Amino acid sequence: MKHTLKNVFHSPRFLVGFIIFMTILLTVLIYPYFVHRDPLQGLGKGFLEPGTYVSVYDTNNTGTYRVELPEAAANRLEATLPTKDRQMMLDFLKAKGVDVTGLDTSNDRFEDLIAAWKANYDEADAKKNKYEGFATQAQRNALKRLDKSLNAGNSVAMSVVRGEGDNASTSPIAENDYVKVDEVANSITLPLGTDNFGRDTLTELVKATGISLLVGLLAGSIATLLGLLVGLLAGYVGGVLDDILMFIANIFTVIPGFVLLILIYSALGAESRSITTCAIIIGITSWVWTARSVRSQVISLRNRDHVNLSKLSGHSLFRIVTTDILPYIASYVVMAFILQVSSGILAEAQLSMLGLGPNPNELPTLGLMMNWAKLFGAYTSSNAWWAYFPVILVIALISFSLNLMNTGLDQVFNPTLRD
Amino acid sequence: MTKGMRKYFKKKIFWFIITFIAAVVLNFILPRLMPGDPVNSIVGKNISPGATQEQVQEQIVYYKHQFGLDKSIFGQFWDFVKNAFNGTFGVSYSQYPRMVSDIIGSGIWWTVALQLPAILVGWLLGNLLGAIAAYKRSVYDKVLMPLTLFFSAIPAFGAAVILLVVFAVTLGWAPVNGAFDPGMIPSFSWKFISSVISHYQLPFWSIVLISIGGQAVGMRSMSIYELNADYVKYARFLGIKDKKIVRYVFRNAMLPQVTGLAMSIGSMVGGALVAETIFSYPGLGMSMYAAINSSDYPVISACTLIITIMVLIASFLLDIIYAFIDPRVKAAQFD
Repeated sequence: MKHTLKNVFHSPRFLVGFIIFMTILLTVLIYPYFVHRDPLQGLGKGFLEPGTYVSVYDTNNTGTYRVELPEAAANRLEATLPTKDRQMMLDFLKAKGVDVTGLDTSNDRFEDLIAAWKANYDEADAKKNKYEGFATQAQRNALKRLDKSLNAGNSVAMSVVRGEGDNASTSPIAENDYVKVDEVANSITLPLGTDNFGRDTLTELVKATGISLLVGLLAGSIATLLGLLVGLLAGYVGGVLDDILMFIANIFTVIPGFVLLILIYSALGAESRSITTCAIIIGITSWVWTARSVRSQVISLRNRDHVNLSKLSGHSLFRIVTTDILPYIASYVVMAFILQVSSGILAEAQLSMLGLGPNPNELPTLGLMMNWAKLFGAYTSSNAWWAYFPVILVIALISFSLNLMNTGLDQVFNPTLRD
Repeated sequence: MTKGMRKYFKKKIFWFIITFIAAVVLNFILPRLMPGDPVNSIVGKNISPGATQEQVQEQIVYYKHQFGLDKSIFGQFWDFVKNAFNGTFGVSYSQYPRMVSDIIGSGIWWTVALQLPAILVGWLLGNLLGAIAAYKRSVYDKVLMPLTLFFSAIPAFGAAVILLVVFAVTLGWAPVNGAFDPGMIPSFSWKFISSVISHYQLPFWSIVLISIGGQAVGMRSMSIYELNADYVKYARFLGIKDKKIVRYVFRNAMLPQVTGLAMSIGSMVGGALVAETIFSYPGLGMSMYAAINSSDYPVISACTLIITIMVLIASFLLDIIYAFIDPRVKAAQFD
């Protein structure tokens, strides 16, 4: 046993897979101790981009510091100048005959646009009404206002009311007044933004990963145990029992498991699909392949000398199976279990994407998160990559790590596959 | 036909019929276990707000009669079997009074036209890559194998979503959803056909990419297994040229891959679910998705029955073909 374990952990593939899987598992277990948020609690409205959110109200009441940033003015313009004004600048440059290829209204080319504007706009010319395409006085005035805001934008000051009630006082805000983020009373960092319900995606993702792993483990355990039991009974006992069990297995083989899942899931209805029910149903529809291979291996073991010797010694059926047969098929069963876990997680995800997932009001799962992202247009209209891409990545990492562990084990136990 | 052969085919046909009956019964029973009455929800949708209690009752009785739900459970089963055999599959609940066969008929050709070429192309490319990878192991195994393993671990819907976002939403090379421009009427004009082709690309490649990964990994391990077999070593000792050996090796490694191809063609409709729902492609998978979300059980039943029957036929044909092409099966089964 010890030797086998040592061998297994010497396989680089198994080790890499094991480390990835354990990292995911540990993150799921430890994360709740650092972030106490409820994964289904809505924090905002709709998709919020990843980032740190600071309360505007509280920044007003926080002490200010004077900071001089060299590019502050340019950055501020870039963030606030509306596209309409940028388009007007482009139109002006075009009308003046300047080559505007490579210039557009996006932020990437903003500095070039400003530079071109400053090189070409001349107030004196504007007064002489020289620019074609800007015939009316209103348009020329708009140009003047635009130029003024570009040059003088740096010195606009706002005033703000600090405090409440009798303590309220009004004070101006200069452009080089800054607040320190940790001093603001209310701020929240959302590394993966929020989903369509305004839930913190990272917290939700960690919780969903945990639940999906649980579904996979439960479904995998049920499928493996059931398959092992049926395979052992059918293979070792044989006879009529074998015929009956294989009859059931044959039916399960030919009717695709996914079809059965869809039928059973839709028959249950959304309210009665709890996480456990989902896992159990996935488990009892996917035991067949394990049962078949266990059965064929047991049949080849059944007439070996050591088994016959045990029978002659009068050992019980239970003892023969556990001491003389199980050790020979243990490696296969472990590998089958790993694959069953991985396909259980995938089955849950696919069913949830079809709208047949577990009850969405209880707990998040990876599949439900994908389904929500789809229903609320995260791929298309909202373009919220943070709501689905991390989910796909986590699913891929889980099945990648499990597959790696499986091939690693395969190489250890089947010497023909080794290099 | 020898005696053993006849016995083998008899056994196979017997199993085919038994599983077929089990599938039909399951398809009938499971949807009827669902909670809630489909008639109530249809009546609730269609009735005018001021209707009296009697009118509501009348409507419920009317619809129950329309769907045959006023008969005994055996009568309903007989209707179900009759409808399945004459190909109408009864009336849809959510799109009443449309026949289920009409809904399926409008979707199935899109599904076949999308899936069949994609499965074949993916199968060919995947097997080719897998065979090359098995033959030239040193280069491939160190660099590409872990990468391939990772990419084949990306779930089918994940790959489809990434393709959709990258090529349709971000780059705008292909349309986001549908099978043709929504403003067009199907016709044989060049404009319509080019619209169909541009809508076809993303779903097609998403299916191809996914099947390439799986097939390549499978073919590689089968080929490696065969390359290490005793007959290859013996042939090498005899001095037979590598080219000739490789031909035999890959022919043997192909056999399980043929099973895979037949099964994926058989389960085409089920496989279409993912690609079609993500790209809103109007095939059978999409009809099934819509039916699931509106609890339209006749449509769900019909779709699952079609999938089951196609898989059944595929595996039955495979058993027959194998009996002829694989000498090992021949030897084991016919005596």
